[in-house]
Amino acid sequence: MKTFLRLVRIVRPWTGWMLLSALLSFLATGSGIGLLMTAAYLIAKAALEPPLAALQVGIVGVRFFGLARGVVRYLERLASHDTTFRILTSLRVWFYDALEPLAPARLMQFRSADLLQRSVDDIQSLENLYTRVLAPPLTALFTALLLWLLLGSFSVEAALVLLAFHILAGIGIPLLSVRLGRGTESGIIRQRTRERLQAVDFIEGIAELQMYGELERHLREMRQAERKKLSLERRSALVDGMHETLVGLTMNAAVLAVLWSVMPLARAGAESGILLSVATLAVMASFEPFTMLPASLRHLEADVHAGERIFEILDAEPEVRDPDAPAAVPDRLPITAEKLSFTYPGSTRPALDALSFSIPQGSKVAVVGPSGSGKSTLTSLLVRFWNPTEGTLALGGNPIEAYSQEELRRHVALIPQRTYVFSETIRQNLLLARPGASEDELVSALRAAGLGHFRARLDEFAGQHGMQLSGGERQRLAIARAILQDAPVVVLDEATASLDRPTEREVLRRVEEAFEGRTLITITHRLQEMERFERILVLKNGRLAESGTHSALMKENGVYCAMWNLQHRRTGTEA
Amino acid sequence: MNIDRRLLALIGPEKAPFVLSIAASTAVSVALIGQAAVLSLIISRAFLEESPPASLLPPIGLFALLSILRMLFGWLAHAGAKRASTAVRLALFERLTRAVALRGPLFTRSLPSGRLSTTLLKGIESLDAYFSQYLPQLFLALAAPVLILGAVFPQDPVSGFILLGTAPLIPLFMALIGRRAGAMTDRQWESLSRMSGYFLDMLQGMTTLKLFARSRSRRDAVAEAGEGFRKATMQVLRVAFLSSLTLELVGTIGTAMVAVGIGLRLLSAGLEFRTALFILLLTPDFYLPLRQLGLKFHAGMEGVSASREIFGVLDLAAESDHAGEDEKNPAPPADPGRSDIRFEGVGYSYPGADARALNNLSCTVEAGLTTALTGPSGAGKSTLVNLLLRFQSPDEGTFTLAGRPIGEFDPEEWRERIAWVPQHPFLFSGTLRENIMMANRRASGEELLRAVRSAGLEELVGLLPEGLDTPLGEGGARFSGGEAQRIALARAFIRDASLVVLDEPTSHTDPELEMALNRSMRELVRGRTALIIAHRPETIRTADRILVLEEGRLRASGTHAELMEEDAFYREAFATEGEERP
Repeated sequence: MKTFLRLVRIVRPWTGWMLLSALLSFLATGSGIGLLMTAAYLIAKAALEPPLAALQVGIVGVRFFGLARGVVRYLERLASHDTTFRILTSLRVWFYDALEPLAPARLMQFRSADLLQRSVDDIQSLENLYTRVLAPPLTALFTALLLWLLLGSFSVEAALVLLAFHILAGIGIPLLSVRLGRGTESGIIRQRTRERLQAVDFIEGIAELQMYGELERHLREMRQAERKKLSLERRSALVDGMHETLVGLTMNAAVLAVLWSVMPLARAGAESGILLSVATLAVMASFEPFTMLPASLRHLEADVHAGERIFEILDAEPEVRDPDAPAAVPDRLPITAEKLSFTYPGSTRPALDALSFSIPQGSKVAVVGPSGSGKSTLTSLLVRFWNPTEGTLALGGNPIEAYSQEELRRHVALIPQRTYVFSETIRQNLLLARPGASEDELVSALRAAGLGHFRARLDEFAGQHGMQLSGGERQRLAIARAILQDAPVVVLDEATASLDRPTEREVLRRVEEAFEGRTLITITHRLQEMERFERILVLKNGRLAESGTHSALMKENGVYCAMWNLQHRRTGTEA
Repeated sequence: MNIDRRLLALIGPEKAPFVLSIAASTAVSVALIGQAAVLSLIISRAFLEESPPASLLPPIGLFALLSILRMLFGWLAHAGAKRASTAVRLALFERLTRAVALRGPLFTRSLPSGRLSTTLLKGIESLDAYFSQYLPQLFLALAAPVLILGAVFPQDPVSGFILLGTAPLIPLFMALIGRRAGAMTDRQWESLSRMSGYFLDMLQGMTTLKLFARSRSRRDAVAEAGEGFRKATMQVLRVAFLSSLTLELVGTIGTAMVAVGIGLRLLSAGLEFRTALFILLLTPDFYLPLRQLGLKFHAGMEGVSASREIFGVLDLAAESDHAGEDEKNPAPPADPGRSDIRFEGVGYSYPGADARALNNLSCTVEAGLTTALTGPSGAGKSTLVNLLLRFQSPDEGTFTLAGRPIGEFDPEEWRERIAWVPQHPFLFSGTLRENIMMANRRASGEELLRAVRSAGLEELVGLLPEGLDTPLGEGGARFSGGEAQRIALARAFIRDASLVVLDEPTSHTDPELEMALNRSMRELVRGRTALIIAHRPETIRTADRILVLEEGRLRASGTHAELMEEDAFYREAFATEGEERP
């Protein structure tokens, strides 16, 4: 219930639209009822053999409602689709807004693209919140109100009888079928998630399954899951069928009961006998919107389930928040760390352990160390994806928490190991880094990154649905972006690891040219041409093991020297 | 009219519930007509003949009885259709998974990723609407109007003609406008899915957006894209919905014509009130199934296009090469740890490929030794391994173990003799323990720990929050390529088979990791027969035997020293190969 109310709150800005669509839906149903009522009136009146003129009202009514029903239904479909799209957009914007402060720290556990895909699907299914969940009960209520008024003007007793049956069909039976069908819809969704995992395991892991003789077992498990899903579906269909049957029976009972209660009135005078047939047809037609309720309940359960999964992601507390009064970023930006420690949530071992160092403005520094030594964690702290657990990391004399996140990131460019390329044009992917960049600026950034040949392909689509960029091209695109970003501090996080040696050398040369005079921090595994760095920080197990220039470190004969020897002995013998 | 033969053939064994469902819905129509007759009788008696209510009790009872029957039959029809539909789906699910399982990994890799799982899950699911709604509705749309016409004609031919004249307009309009409007809406739904693709793109790239301080401004782009889509779509829908407007109008105007007609004929006498009411009560139910058919048309279309995809995969699976040889008396295989494996004149071409992947290849994998397989990419190394693993069978030639063709052995038992370490091991959803134990379910806890230690996984396991019981995959721990390889090594250790088939990882950014993997690999092949697709010079150099493949043939074989001396190609390859270039 709480989830449902939270969902409703998100679509509240569209109350007006929803009411309009509900009203149109009611008018369409009402016209259908009107058509049958006037038709019944017409023939009952005609049976009394009045002059032809007396039938005119009926004839006009029948024709009017006959046309109106179609036209109003058309308008209603337009309005409800329009509303649905509005709701979908606002759900997306809402989800985006809520997710933005959580990225990337709180999304680590949800890193998998599948999970985001699932959320997108969940949101897509929530678009039905209005049409399938909220609209049918509203229409049923409006229709019932109309009927009570109409019938009540003739006979209060008949209206009360109808009210009782409407309550039964609109509240009693739905409650019963909710009880009987509880858990089926969310069970089906859970089963589907399970099946999706199984299917991926089956298709991608079929070689392993075959080799280890596990294929039969896996097929059996898949079949079981499918069977379970189907039996849940059958149960849900059975409950639906029961619901429909009971509503149908209620309708027939209501026809009889209303007929019985107006019969005495009909006996009083021939003219009022018309009421008999009019009321019968009206009562019958009034139950039409009630048959939509079981589907509405099923969608409600599915939507609440989808909502719960979304809220589960969004209810996390953001890792970083902007300060109330952000400081201005100064011109000179030396970096200093003091007793900097960081432990990932859920982990017992610190990723960074009391790290202290300083990097002067404009210097070229390398951070090296084996995998798991904390190099990338340091990068994440520098762009403030995480807050330090202890100690401080300062930029330009202020701890980095003093700046607003966006200001900080404008001054610290990060070229990550794997860069994300959007399914947009190359141009749009570049403009991301500097929205107002001119054509010349784009081309010269591309050239500096060694992608000069892309100038003719600026308007081609990249990413998933466009041209396939190789790993090397992606990395060079990332470098072109960083050049455009024009930040005083640049961090290369294994940015060239996926390039082959000659290309790597070429790209690094260009990068150093392009970032001349900036602070350049290079995080790397491969110890190549280390003489070019003014300082090398060597990390091991989250601690600063040693630091200094290449030649000084080699003399020290410590961690760094061992790493260097390991790498160069091998390539040495092969050459 | 949307009836696909192959799709209908799926019903085959599930005919009974279907027939039951159709019979039940016919019974519903009959009960409906009966109800209309009784109700019009009750009303006309009460209205015109002023019968005392008590005298009306018998027809009222009849009405109640008919309504109960109608509802029960309705329920039966509903449940029967669903039952039949789920049975069809389960059968198809089994057929599809079986077909894929039979064709094995080469087949799954030949299809674009995601296509199979979508077909398997969403495809089969969307057949449900076809079987449980569209087909029954189609029969109902044929049966109910005919029954009602049969009831109306003898009573009032004029109304009968009006109904008969208007009814065909509905399917006609549906066919005329529906197709075009359907195509339009389809396109629009496609762009809807593109929209959600755009949204997903923004979410996945959010970290990158943040790095450029653009994440907040992109929010407006999401809103704008949605708004743009809404406007474009509404323009299309304004036209597309005209078709349903037309259908709706045929129904309501038909009802209005019948009503006005009988009203006027009541006046000019000749028609009884009871008959008129009877006809009026039935008229909406005459148009209803036809209109509903229009609504379910789309669901039906979806089912048909999904079925095309399903049959497409089934057909592909039927065509593609499969390893499941005719198992005539499968014999237990000999031990590859003691006997040589010989390939003699083996040839293989992939379906649809011009060049042969293997061409008259003859070579030997000697028992108890480590054989390295090398050669440029496309030389046939993986094909040779695939044949050995029996993911495919040779087009010509034989390969034998202890002199007996491998095709004679039961594939399952043959594979039991093999520990396989692929280049990109797949990790299953489930815990780390399950992922290793799958290679040998009989292994003890101690054997598991030994395998974990030998594969160099001990430290990693120690760092995981729940150790070996840490779940993998979605929402669980995620492993790097190097870690996945170590898990595959652990599988190979626990498998403890006499033949090791190993596809060496190409390169690593981390030299220390590479060293560790190398140590584990060496321990694994010790005392076993091993075939390694080797990429690193060191592995090739230290192998007991080296096979150099080129364009599907054996170019040279021997030890490192022999080859350096004899084979110019081998020498050259080693002179130019850097460590990152296999």
